[in-house]
This record gives sequence, C-alpha cells and structure tokens, in this order.
Amino acid sequence: MPETVLADPAAPAAEPGPRRTALLGGRIPLARLRDLALVPAIVVIAVVGQIVNPVFLQADNLINVLQTMSEMALLVLAEAMVLIVKKMDLSLESTMGLAPGIAAWLVVPAGAGHGLGLVPGGWSIPLTLAVGALVGLVNALLIIRFGLNGFIVTLGMLIVLRGILTGISGGQTFFRLPQSMLYLGTAEWFGVPASIWICLALFAAAVVVLGWTSFGRSLYAVGGNVDAAKAAGIRTDRVLWIVIVTGSVLAALAGLMLSGRLASVASAQGNGYIFTVFAAAVIGGISLSGGKGTMFGAFCGVLLLFMIQNVLTLAGVPAQWIGALNGLIILIALAISRITGGKVQE
Amino acid sequence: MSDGERAGSPAPAPADDARSRTGPPVVEATGIVKRFGPTVALDGARITIMPGETHALVGRNGAGKSTLVSVLTGLQAPDAGTVTLGGSPAPRLTDPDAWRRRVACVYQKSTIIPTLTVAENLFLNRHDHGRGRLISWQGVRRRARDLLSAWSVDIDPQAPAGDLSVEQRQFVEIARALSFGARFIILDEPTAQLDGAAIGRLFDRVRDLQRQGVTFLFISHHLQEVYEICDMVTVFRDARHVMTAPVDKLPRAELVAAMTGEAAADRRRERSTTLDNAAAAALSVRALGSEGAYRDVTFQVGAGEIVGLAGAASSGRTEVAETVVGLRAAQVGEVEIAGRRPRPGSVPAALAAGAGFVPQDRHHQGLVPQMSVADNATLSVAHRLGRNGFLGRDRRDRLADDMIERLAIKTPGPELPVSALSGGNQQKVVMARALADDPRLLVLINPTAGVDVRSKEFLLDKVEETAGTGTGVLIASDELDDLRMCDRVLVMFQGRVTSETARGWHDHELVAAMEGVDLHA
Repeated sequence: MPETVLADPAAPAAEPGPRRTALLGGRIPLARLRDLALVPAIVVIAVVGQIVNPVFLQADNLINVLQTMSEMALLVLAEAMVLIVKKMDLSLESTMGLAPGIAAWLVVPAGAGHGLGLVPGGWSIPLTLAVGALVGLVNALLIIRFGLNGFIVTLGMLIVLRGILTGISGGQTFFRLPQSMLYLGTAEWFGVPASIWICLALFAAAVVVLGWTSFGRSLYAVGGNVDAAKAAGIRTDRVLWIVIVTGSVLAALAGLMLSGRLASVASAQGNGYIFTVFAAAVIGGISLSGGKGTMFGAFCGVLLLFMIQNVLTLAGVPAQWIGALNGLIILIALAISRITGGKVQE
Repeated sequence: MSDGERAGSPAPAPADDARSRTGPPVVEATGIVKRFGPTVALDGARITIMPGETHALVGRNGAGKSTLVSVLTGLQAPDAGTVTLGGSPAPRLTDPDAWRRRVACVYQKSTIIPTLTVAENLFLNRHDHGRGRLISWQGVRRRARDLLSAWSVDIDPQAPAGDLSVEQRQFVEIARALSFGARFIILDEPTAQLDGAAIGRLFDRVRDLQRQGVTFLFISHHLQEVYEICDMVTVFRDARHVMTAPVDKLPRAELVAAMTGEAAADRRRERSTTLDNAAAAALSVRALGSEGAYRDVTFQVGAGEIVGLAGAASSGRTEVAETVVGLRAAQVGEVEIAGRRPRPGSVPAALAAGAGFVPQDRHHQGLVPQMSVADNATLSVAHRLGRNGFLGRDRRDRLADDMIERLAIKTPGPELPVSALSGGNQQKVVMARALADDPRLLVLINPTAGVDVRSKEFLLDKVEETAGTGTGVLIASDELDDLRMCDRVLVMFQGRVTSETARGWHDHELVAAMEGVDLHA
C-alpha cells in the first residue's frame, strides 16, 4: 500500500480540513465527478466518429459496438473487482477459453473433432460456470490460503489453463455446440442482443453492490488498507475468496457468451485479452495499487476503447495496422485519463 | 449492522467531575508475562491507570511498551497475569467488539484507509442502511458530521482520508475510537511525525477530551512532552516495571535514570568548538531561494564547525538542507561544498563533492527495509566496493562490519534485514552510510526522530566526533537536544533566516525564535 502515511512533517499541517469542492450546493462532491472523467472523451469520440462516417451513431452500429465489447466488458468487471481488493488475476483470459471449452468437450458428440459426447447438451451452461468457479477456488486457495504471490499464481494458471484447453481440443476448434451454449450469444431480448443486456445488468448490479452495500465497501477497505479493514471487523479473507471466485465465474460467463456468438470454442479463445482488460480497467480509473476506482469508470474505460476501435474500422484503417493502433490507443487513452483524472496512476 | 448504529452516537460526559479520580481503575494489569520464543517481552509487568488521568508510559526501545499495548488492546493474550478494564475482567480475545468498546489505540502506523472518505472511515463496516438494505450515504455523512462536531474535530467528513494531514488522521482515529464507546485511548508516539504547532494542537485536544472524561495512555520518547501533558508516568525497562510516579514530583534526571538504569546527565556537557578557520569552508550557501519554500538564504559552515538550522516544520529548514545535498534544486543562488559547486538537484554530484547526509525520514528516504544491514550501510559507496560496477561481497562485509563496530549497531550480523532492527539502530545504519565516505560536510535532517534516549546520545556524540575530524556539520531540526551542541544556530521562520544565536542559548529563546515570537517586544 502506498505508505504515504509516513507523512512529510514539512508539509504545512496547519490548515483546517481540506476544502471540499462541490457542485449543486454540496450534494455532489467533486471527487465523485472523477468517475465521470471519461464521459467527455466518449462524447468527443462519438462526434469524431460521426464526422468520419455517418454510420457511426446509427443504432445498428452502436449495438454492434456494445455486443463486441460485452465479453471483454465482463472480464473488465471481474478484473476491476480483483484489482480493487489489491489482487490481480491474469488467468481470466484462459478461464474464458477453458470453461466453455470443457463444456464443449464433454457435450459435443464423439466423432466430430475432439468431443466426447458424455453429457447431454443441457448441462453445458452449469458445466461452464462450474469450471469457472473451480478455477477461482484454486486461485483463491493458492493466493489466500497458501499466501503465494497472486501475480505469479495467476500467470502460472494462465499458462496451465491454456495448455489444458489445447490438450483437450488437440489444438482444434470445437464446433456443433449444443443449442443451450449458443443461446446467450445469439438470442435477442427486446430487439437487442442478450449479451448486451447481461453485460449492462451485471455492471448495474456491480455499481450498486460496490457503492451501496457493506460487502461492496469492504472491497475498498480491504484493498485500501487490509489491516485497517481487519480492525474494523471485516472478514478480509472471506471477501477475497468471494471476489476471486466471482471473478472467475464472470470470466466463464464471458466465455460462454463469446462461444455462443461465434458458435465455436477455439483453443485460443480469449488469448491475449488480458492486456486489453488491464488497459481498460486502468483507463477507467481502477488503481493497480488497490482500493480505488468505480465500476462506472471501468465500464467507461472499456466503452471508450471499443468506440475508438470502431471509429478506426469505419475510417477504413487497413486491418494489418489495427494491432499497432490498438496499442497506441491504449497509450493515448491512458494519457487522456491521466489528464482528465488529474492523478498519477499507480 | 444494527448494533453499529447504536454504538455510533457520541455522548461526551459532563465536564465537571471528570477529573475526580474515582471509581475503579480504567486499566489494571498485574504480573503480565509475555514471551516470544526465547525473548521475554514482558516480565511481570504491571500498570494501573485511573479514570481521567493522562498517563505516560516511557522506556527505551525494547522495554516492552508495544507488547504491553497489544496486551491492553486485546491483540495478544499474556502468557501470565491479569488485565482488568474498568473493574471487570478483560473480554476474550475472540470478542474484538467488546475490546473496542473499552479501549482503543492510535498507532504510529495509521489505520485509516486513504482511498475512502473520512465519513466512511469512521463508520466502516457499520454503515447506515436505508431502504432495500442499501447503504444510506446521507445517514453515514450525517452521523460522521455529528460525531466530529460532538468532539469538536474540524474536519470535513466528505474529504478523502488520504488528503488529511497526520494530525487530522489522528483526530479521526480518536473520534472513531470514541464512537465505539471507548473512553480509554492509547496514543503510541503520536508526536513522532508532527511539528511543534501540530503537537500543540494535539495536546490541546487531549486536554479537552480529558476534561470530557477520556483517559489517555501516552507513549513517547520525548520526556519534554511527558512533563507537558501527563499526570502520571510509568517507566518500563528491560521488560519490567521500574516505577510509577506523579510527573510533577519527579525530577527529569531521575526519570532519565529510571529509563536508562543509570544516572545520566540530563544536559549534554559543553563542548569546545572544533572550528578550523584556516581550512576552507565545508559549505557555503549564497542567496539561495526557491519559490514557496525559502528565500535569500546565505550562510557558511566552516570545517569542523557544527551549525544548527532550526525552525518550525514549514519554516523551510528541511528544504534548505535538502537543497544542499541535491534532493531538490534551488531556483536562485548557489551551494558550494568544500570548494566545489555540485550540479544543483543532483544527489550523486553532492556526494561526490564530499557531502554525507541523513535524510529526514529513514523509512521513506533512508533505508531499503528488506535489504541487509550491510547493503544499506554501503548503498552510497558502491565505488569503494569493487571495480567497474561489480560489487565485492567480501569488501562490502568488511566495510559493513567496520561500520557496525564504529557505530555500535546492535545486530547479530551484517546479513540481517535492516527492518528487523530497532528504530535507534536503524538510524545508526543511516548515519553509518552518511559517514561511510569520510564526508567533508555532514548534513543531518531530524537525526534523532523516533530514536530512544541512549541511541540519541550516541548519535549526537558521533556527530561531535565527526566534527572533531574537521568535517563541517549542518543539523536541520526543531529538536532542541539536537541543536544544543551546535556552535551556532540559525533560526528560520517562514522561509527566511531570521536570527542567529551562538552556543549557550536558553530553550525558551530558541523556541520563541522558531515560532516567530519576539520575547523582548
């Protein structure tokens, strides 16, 4: 934790409490507005996008953007929670591939690729989520119970899980998925893809839980100063277990949505996502040193990234250059959020 | 969460009879024994604290003070002995809530969560809940405002706790303790990170609360503070209780003797100056200025001379000293160390010019806690450890052994991580490094902060000894004991050097000058 606590005795300590900067007669402290720091950037990108190509603001395109980002957004949601409690989970991207991969392996009929056809198709969703939970439990066991370094543990898990998926699939892609696995990625509710609804609903739930429940606030307490959280009577280990396991389950759900949308599970599903996830979380104001950031900010972070990518595509940037530009976008977005957020990112 | 809501309403006791020492003792601990493996941290220790008094607990590092605090706050169970709180036996360790209602400790290490607001810190894990079991932030804020104003703490409950000063954070922690219902508060070296004015405000607050019926146990290295604010004092030495006495009937020399186990002189003996006028000045500072910190600072430190740079925390003394050693750069003016002008703002250049320094905060700038004593002591003299950037392990250990001996650092060996040492010994490591390269100029910033009496004497003796070898010494401090041996003391006030006194000043003169008060007006 940043022990800025060892305060500089030379700092002028004499002034009374820090002055509150507030709007609307003090009802909204300015600190809260930091959550909205990315909103202007999003508006600017929307305007630029509209100028570049009038297609941008049409409903179809916006839905397309939201649907493409929905899986990544769930990973960002998961990673944001983990980062707030001052842990890290790199293995989310592999969980995203492995969880639906195992389900497909067990469900897809034998003869077609590497499927075993052991269980009926209806089991695929519970199976996927169970694999996610299991991965989370292993991570939590190693990190919390055995006190191993979370970064290295999940790095190891990232490689192991990816390897397992490659092993069971023989490096191939699972096709002919059961109907239940396709549902979340293909269904439309009220004319909008189900994955968008799920993504928005989960973010809304996360905003409420993290902002307005004791459990949610305990995440910030644990990440901000774990000893102080303990002293306040928070069961810190339990909070960490819940967060890590929930994160993995969310990753499994994201994998399910992606598999459904693509109607397949590739052995490389999710590969390389984690970098974008971290970038989106940090751009969205989640501190890598724990205890800071909001779910709304995280959502804005991932939204901003995907909008910029969409604008580039609409502008006709050659596909070969998209990779380089994506990296550049992340750096630029970080710089923008540093300027609008006004604080050094840790 | 409902029980948290009940506990939240502060109810200051009426002020009238609070100081009458009636009723059972707030705390009575007898025959406390606590062992950690082979070391005995407390050996039959005892303490009795009566309601409404401010009780000091003093002792050198390792006397068992911290262990006693953890026993009194329910963090550790004693191996033997009994603790009673307010006349009834202490709760079980598994019931932290019961402990919290009786006693609280404000540690040196803050238990405030910097990323949350003050209000949330106060009511963490016992938020107000409104409709649908969601937290009612309005309720939390209102309760925080009520709590802070009931104890007249002038802090905005919606400010992020990370923006608070050390002093304000202590007030928040005290208010939180009171909100649990505790009326007995332990302050563990509360003044270590505060400047003179903030200490004054803290003491005012303590006296206020004392009038409202709050009892304090005050742990400090500064005997001056004990005399200023405490009624009773208990001395621990080598894990045992040595004495308990009313402060106003206890001469200082006796208190120091009780702490150190020998009759120590309260005042340092006079030293004769070792200023060598023939040699070139160790430091000359000319017309140094930096926006918002100090301006027009000019002085010289001769070879073998000890010069004090006194002043309150925001006076600019620390900034000037840091500029001299290159931790910051001045906007105007120049710094000349032993006849050379190092590049401003460059520590390596200042070191190469012959400076050695002890930074103001050893935790922050002085030491790499997980590195060994040997590594820390030789961090700045890599060039003496080997050629071409490679470090010679043997040479390092030899050098470190030599330093450990010269500065009497109490460590089992040079390989020990420096974080395992006591505060006094850590500071000796920092000092050892400052002296490692036989500096022409030694700059010390608050050299004895958080250091026990004996180590303090030792460190200051070492400084004198160094000056005796022709090194110029600059001490930036507001600690009078640090300044006593100086040949001259320059006093800074609001960024300017306002006066200069030769040795033989009286405490009150210097303090008045540092506070910007003119005694003769």
